Amino acid sequence: MARSPVAITPFWPGAAAAALVLLLTIGTLAAVAWRAKWDAGLSVADWAAIRFTIVQALVSAGLSVVLAIPVARALARRRFAGRQMLITLLGAPFLLPVIVAVLGLLAVFGRGGMVNNALTGLGFEPISIFGFHGVVLAHVFFNLPLAIRLILQGWLAIPAERFRLAATLNASVWRMLEWPMLRAVAPSTFLVIFLICLTSFAVALTLGGGPRATTVELAIYQALRFDFDLGRAALLACVQFALCVMAAAVVWRISLVDGMGAGLDRVVQRWDTDRPVLDYIFIAAATVFLLLPLSMVVLRGLPGLFDLPTSIWAAALRSVIVAIGSAMLCVAMALALALRGGALVSVIGVLPLAASGLVVGTGAFLIVFPFVRPSDVALIVTMLVNATLALPFALRAVAPAVAAVQSDFGRLAISLNLTGWSWVRIVVLPRVRRPLGFAAGLAAALSMGDLGVITLFAGQAQETLPLAMYRLMGAYRMADAAGAALVLLALSLALFWICDRGGRADA
Amino acid sequence: MLECKALELRQGDFVLSADLQFAPGKVTALIGPSGAGKSTLLGALAGFLAPVSGAVLWDSRDLAYDAPGDRPMSVLFQDNNLFPHLTIAQNVGLALRPNLRLSAADKDRISDVLAQVGLAGFDHRKPAALSGGQQSRAALARVLIADRPIVLLDEPFAALGPGLKDDMLDLVQTQLAAGRRTLIMVTHDPADAKRIADQVVLVADGVAAAPVGTDALFADPPAALVSYLGVGMG
Repeated sequence: MARSPVAITPFWPGAAAAALVLLLTIGTLAAVAWRAKWDAGLSVADWAAIRFTIVQALVSAGLSVVLAIPVARALARRRFAGRQMLITLLGAPFLLPVIVAVLGLLAVFGRGGMVNNALTGLGFEPISIFGFHGVVLAHVFFNLPLAIRLILQGWLAIPAERFRLAATLNASVWRMLEWPMLRAVAPSTFLVIFLICLTSFAVALTLGGGPRATTVELAIYQALRFDFDLGRAALLACVQFALCVMAAAVVWRISLVDGMGAGLDRVVQRWDTDRPVLDYIFIAAATVFLLLPLSMVVLRGLPGLFDLPTSIWAAALRSVIVAIGSAMLCVAMALALALRGGALVSVIGVLPLAASGLVVGTGAFLIVFPFVRPSDVALIVTMLVNATLALPFALRAVAPAVAAVQSDFGRLAISLNLTGWSWVRIVVLPRVRRPLGFAAGLAAALSMGDLGVITLFAGQAQETLPLAMYRLMGAYRMADAAGAALVLLALSLALFWICDRGGRADA
Repeated sequence: MLECKALELRQGDFVLSADLQFAPGKVTALIGPSGAGKSTLLGALAGFLAPVSGAVLWDSRDLAYDAPGDRPMSVLFQDNNLFPHLTIAQNVGLALRPNLRLSAADKDRISDVLAQVGLAGFDHRKPAALSGGQQSRAALARVLIADRPIVLLDEPFAALGPGLKDDMLDLVQTQLAAGRRTLIMVTHDPADAKRIADQVVLVADGVAAAPVGTDALFADPPAALVSYLGVGMG
């Protein structure tokens, strides 16, 4: 029997990447489970945190989906100037640092914000953005665009022939085509957003807090940072992990639709497009809701931009270094895993989806704590964790491209003895540059805006830009925070743009 | 000499057996209905498919432990014979140096071979800038420069028009077969076999038959060939 001719790529990079992912997911989880104070049980406050976490995620996901349906329907039915730009813009919140968006939302809905100014001017009581509704508002702001894109994909997946058929039969497009599509697409969209809201930490950190608006992750942070109660933090991390696994198990069954928006520029010809005004009202309302906070970040950030404290620029430099390191590591791991291929690799590729930054961070903290001061390794741990958490998205972009190269050229390369590093260097890398650049940009932007693990580890000297910004907000230095927000926003988008461009530029 | 000794191949439910020898320095056509296993047999010769039992022998040596790239053969596939992002010279040069570190002497040799197949001066173009026929010529140039004793052709010219295809077959005969190489080509078109093949292996009903001289075979076709070719042909 001949050996099977599959050894076209080097073995150890894939194995090393898999080992790192396993260490940071299963390994940190084991550390957490081992240190958890199981006999202490959950306190009343812990149960309240669990309840709050689930309820806010349910409401956020529900609102996002319900609001997204009319907007997606309008976008599917109408063609107008700027439509493609608007759809591209709907992808932006994914790259947007959470803390920046929160600052923008504060500028619109906060105490001295536009909405409250209008309300008090009219003689009404001002509303508060902090607490339950603030958390939900921020989550809807982040996930409405995702919901719109996922549901719009469902709409555009209905074949044009069906609309023609419905038109000739004079049948109700809604009952025959749109309702069945929504019944298939809306639940999966809801679940994806539910999972995202379940693990969102920075929003709860900035807009939540207090006994009535604390999520499990926020409770972990407080147990670790304020009470230094490692056993309780570990126990809560186990709770959070259980929550995520339950949600992820459901999401697992529904393949995540990729959110890159390929093919969303299509408008199907239809014959039921009366009442255009209503459609445009929905589109305009969604656009204002999404763009207003971002414009406020730019407007309020510009004045303070040139007299920012030097500590902000130092933090910015640290963030950029961490982001670049994280992006390079993430892309290298994605490429190594994609080259290995196989079922085990695809499992490893989605493991980080079920992990949350705070759980991984707590585990990492427990692992390093006996040996070094956590603040000494803050940046390197952040880099590793960010790379791992971005891996599923990078793999989703890179793996299909690598598989295509292997199926198109694998045999030819093998017959030419073009294997190992030469195969990677001469064939694979040049042919997957585009998805590689995109993935690097994504990983860099996600790491740039990360305000999760770093909060557990960093002291004053390891501040990244989002953390520095958070501390400025906590000290009510809003002008400086606004300037820092603009820097953070610009750096995140610039990093993404540079990486993505780099992948597209033709050799 | 290349030999299939009691070779048994399996892909899912599909089974093919072969016990035959390919005459050295001759052109052998593998002919038969689609799905009969012509490409499967070629894949086993090239080392992409491990046999269930039996062996592929080259000069009485079992090739089972030779990786495809180490076997004494070059392969031309149905498509994707050139890497689109590499220049023609690089594509050809892969046969000399798989790591593409080409010396000046290598580059001169590549230019010479390109001229030999009618592609003089095409060194620095990318495949997309070439016509289908020119791309086939570039792939042939790589087989020439690799200079291995066996060449396997898995219908690489099927996408070309009839005139171009005949040109390519003639080029194969004059350039490749003339070098006393053993040539094995898959085809579903009897005209291809008649054009350049010395002998024909009929692949049908799960068996690759022993080779028969081309003229003799078409003068007196066996039942399996008649049913493939249809009544009135042959």
